[in-house]
Amino acid sequence: MSEMSVSVSAPSVHPGSQPLPEAPAKVTARNLNFYYGDHHALKNINLALGTNRVTAFIGPSGCGKSTLLRIFNRMYDLYPGQRADGQLLLDHTNILDPKLDLNLLRARVGMVFQKPTPFPMTIYENIAFGIRLYEKISKSEMDDRVEKALRGGALWNEVKDKLNASGLSLSGGQQQRLCIARTVAVRPEVILFDEPCSALDPISTAKVEELIQELSENYTIAIVTHNMQQAARVSDKTAFMYLGELIEFDDTSKIFTSPSDRRTQDYITGRFG
Amino acid sequence: MAVESNVIDAAGPYDRAKALSAFKLGDVTFYWITRLSAISVLLILGGIIISLIVGALPAIQEFGISFLWTQRWAPSADPPVLGALGPIYGTLVTSFIAMLIAIPVGLGIAIFLTELCPQWLRRPIGMAVELLAGIPSIIYGMWGFFVLGPFLANTFQPFMIRVFDGVPVLGAIFAGPPSYLSLFNAALILAIMVLPFITSISVDVFKTVPPVLKEAAYGVGCTTWEVVRSVVIPYTRVGIIGGVMLALGRALGETMAVTFIIGNSFRISSSIFAPGTTISAAIASEFAESDGLHQSGLILLGLLLFVLTFFVLAAARLMLLRLETKAGK
Repeated sequence: MSEMSVSVSAPSVHPGSQPLPEAPAKVTARNLNFYYGDHHALKNINLALGTNRVTAFIGPSGCGKSTLLRIFNRMYDLYPGQRADGQLLLDHTNILDPKLDLNLLRARVGMVFQKPTPFPMTIYENIAFGIRLYEKISKSEMDDRVEKALRGGALWNEVKDKLNASGLSLSGGQQQRLCIARTVAVRPEVILFDEPCSALDPISTAKVEELIQELSENYTIAIVTHNMQQAARVSDKTAFMYLGELIEFDDTSKIFTSPSDRRTQDYITGRFG
Repeated sequence: MAVESNVIDAAGPYDRAKALSAFKLGDVTFYWITRLSAISVLLILGGIIISLIVGALPAIQEFGISFLWTQRWAPSADPPVLGALGPIYGTLVTSFIAMLIAIPVGLGIAIFLTELCPQWLRRPIGMAVELLAGIPSIIYGMWGFFVLGPFLANTFQPFMIRVFDGVPVLGAIFAGPPSYLSLFNAALILAIMVLPFITSISVDVFKTVPPVLKEAAYGVGCTTWEVVRSVVIPYTRVGIIGGVMLALGRALGETMAVTFIIGNSFRISSSIFAPGTTISAAIASEFAESDGLHQSGLILLGLLLFVLTFFVLAAARLMLLRLETKAGK
């Protein structure tokens, strides 16, 4: 009975998805814990993000997916009372090291947010801004880099004639791709997507998903999503989280066809969450 | 169907249309009350301008446009000579110096309070800033007279003279005999007085920056300074300029404290440590014992202040407009 419902309502995994061979770990978490003040939000997380792979995080609201993502670039550091312990490595760098240069870390680990967040400046400046933080390059080189980044964000053809328009004048989907381009422009190694499509229409969503697939050729990607079809479509590996714990972490095809934990199965078939 | 119509009939005592029409009358009344309030603003403004013009008419006829660039102010000469250059100069210079000091300090406090300050220090500093706004201006005047004035004359001015002695322009700006009463003293007091305006408005608008926008900027690797300069301030510039203009308006018109410490001299001196006067200080100190043409001249000064403030506000609007085109809106 339960097997039948899995095969009927579980989202289909993207076509031709033979699980890719295991990739070397880019980000490794060992016994990672996180606290909001006294609240123990993440409990003993162990997982590894494979280099140039897409890892999706699914689970009901409040399960800690976004929290986990915000540890990867130490975004939680902005807020007092939030702390993490355990071990979290980016290659061989300890991300949790209090002496770590956060600006450098965030250049290596970029982030795209739920809502598009273009900066209050022109489209060109939105991209050039991040580059300028790290590199001193000439105007023509900068033009090149901006174009490349906008192409990388699949936005170039739509904005090439209005680079001096405000980033805020774009549509929601374009703004989100601008934010992706901005993140790519800094040449990170890892890109974190925190529900990147939840504020977008279906066409923009499809474009962003396509973009994520393309980006995975060069970047290690982690994506939090509430949309299980999306997780199935874009990711190589999927992590199911529940109440601050990592319940199951496996190849996406396995998670969506024959999950080994009862709770994962209940969640992907829509029985709770 | 029949049952339903019965139900409606049964609701007879609570006649809906009647109840609604009563509301409608209230709505019309409400509309006219608000409308009249709005119109009264225009009437009051127009009335003030007209009475200023009527009062200033004798002086306008006597001195004409040369009132604007005559420096001499001799109401008891025969015939009396009145010129507004001294007060206009003093008003502009004191306000300019005050804004030069208050804008960076005020923004600095606001940035510290919203972005950097540890939680426990936030309230004390915030309250201190608000208390600063609550101090009556006469107290600032006395403090400037008894404390700031002597310090400036005895310590600060000699120091500046020593540093800039012989430097072409700056030397002249700081030169002159020490005086408790000076343009600079008034400008400093003005800066302190307008600081709370700039700070509290900036804090309010800084809080409107969506956290996720700041996170995005931190996310590409910005330092706090870069986030503030490139995201927070551009995002809130309209509000900041509004606060600055409010502060400038106050600085241009501030009377009591300035009258106390500026020295009320109509002569223009190159030194900011020399006594001077502002439009409002001149009116306040002379109006009580003036009559005839003298009084009319003072009213004309008031009219000038009105026009000056208007132009400042217009310039601010223009600046905002240009900023917006530059940001690509």
